[in-house]
Amino acid sequence: MPAFAPASAARRIARGRRSLAWACAVPAVAFFAAFWLLPVARLLALPAEQGWQTYFAVLTEPRYLRSLLQTAGLSVAVTLATLLLGAAVGLHLGRSRMAASRLLLGVLTLPLSFPGVIIGFFFILLAGRQGLIPNLAEAAGLERWPFAYGLLGLFLAYLYFSLPRAIGAYAAAARAIDPALEEAARSLGASRWRIARDVWMPQLAPTTLACAAIVFATCMGAFGTAFTLASKWEVLPITIYNEFTNYANFALAASLSITLGVTTWAALAAARRFGGLGMGQA
Amino acid sequence: MSSTARRPWGLAATTAAVTLFILAPMALSVSAGLMNNYAAGWRGGITLRWLHEVWTQYGGTVLASVVIAAATVVITALLGVPLAYPLARSRSRWTAWVEEAITLPVAVPGLATALALILAYGSWADFRQSFAFVLVGHVVFTLPFMVRTVAAALRRPELLELEEAAATLGAGFAQRFVGVLVPAVFPAIVSAALMVFTLSVGEFNLTWMLHTPLTRTLPVGLADSYASMRLEIGSAYTLVFFAVVLPLIWVLQLAARAVEQKHGH
Repeated sequence: MPAFAPASAARRIARGRRSLAWACAVPAVAFFAAFWLLPVARLLALPAEQGWQTYFAVLTEPRYLRSLLQTAGLSVAVTLATLLLGAAVGLHLGRSRMAASRLLLGVLTLPLSFPGVIIGFFFILLAGRQGLIPNLAEAAGLERWPFAYGLLGLFLAYLYFSLPRAIGAYAAAARAIDPALEEAARSLGASRWRIARDVWMPQLAPTTLACAAIVFATCMGAFGTAFTLASKWEVLPITIYNEFTNYANFALAASLSITLGVTTWAALAAARRFGGLGMGQA
Repeated sequence: MSSTARRPWGLAATTAAVTLFILAPMALSVSAGLMNNYAAGWRGGITLRWLHEVWTQYGGTVLASVVIAAATVVITALLGVPLAYPLARSRSRWTAWVEEAITLPVAVPGLATALALILAYGSWADFRQSFAFVLVGHVVFTLPFMVRTVAAALRRPELLELEEAAATLGAGFAQRFVGVLVPAVFPAIVSAALMVFTLSVGEFNLTWMLHTPLTRTLPVGLADSYASMRLEIGSAYTLVFFAVVLPLIWVLQLAARAVEQKHGH
């Protein structure tokens, strides 16, 4: 048979696509169904065993509602601070042509590979009961204030793991911006502020949106950092953990997990819909 | 004008402040791991005794983490590279759904995935108490990174032409896939593998729920030492993490860059 004619080759690929290509998908899909879809279906169904109202426990139970609002408030505050500082540093380093800036960028994005627990520990060393800052404050005759375990410590620790991502994203975006546009605006006599508003802001909007969603979702779901700090400001992942391990209240833990999962998923999906987003680490 | 002159200074100062904010805790933690006594500072003298103590108590977790991360890379590649092919070639709604679905474990907090796994398989004791339980969690969480990176590489138009040329020359599906496509997207596989390794080695949110006292990874051991040991031991353990994991990631990064340059696009 004329198996070497181009038309038959195309058909052969098409046939390969249909049957063998689907066979390629089987192992991964089976694995995913067994170890994610099935378990999550069970998780989704569990609260119903204690009545439908269990799904809304986060809204009806003041303790859980407070935990959700505290987490959301913290995450929004950290996201705003991250965007502001991350944009400043990322743009500054991304626009620079110096080799030192490249190196610094590498150093500043290093914490992306640290587990959250390490970042919690950093702030215990800095501002915990035996921390450096309280010790220095005391030596200087000031009040000893171990702020690692409260809202401020949590805020700074979340800022720490969020900043590297934003710095990296804004540096990449700054490099992708067409310098001719800025040049043209400047030659037409636009002020620095006008250039920032009319040239930079529109081009950075997709990065900002994507970054905001990833940082917000990461903060909402962060567990290791808050766990290490044993924070007095209770966040939802800690509430879920306590319900599950300390009180063995599985249905409630499942219900709160669903709330948390839907929140982070919605934030990421919205950003992707409006801005075309890569993948973050939730 | 003062405002136009001030702005670059403002950016430089912000960059310096942020750099200090990022670097100071790292420096503090590394030095605390080598101090005799954290409260006394450098004046108390330096020692390797905490590192030694960490190695005898938690040494096993380092090996466990590296082995699990390597196994996660191998399994995600074996499952993910074949899955990337139909995702890259088909335009049907089903494949879009599959791609969307396998990304969910990244969009949903690890805590939720871990709870689901425990609820579904927690009573299967042999599985629950083995490293396989942790491994399964890591694979579910990192699989989308492998699949999407490789699928993006396979979508390049010149690969479609390459594949058609191979078919014209009479290559069967397996030959085309293993002999043509996989080598062509190898740089993408390596860079995805690097990402998967990095994520797995530092993973805590899932692993803390999935581990047992006999199946501890490095981040799990870290959390344990932070909660129950003195600051110097926690710091020394963090130093071990830096000393083992960061060079490993750098070596892999260099390897990935070398592969990319050899392929040269």
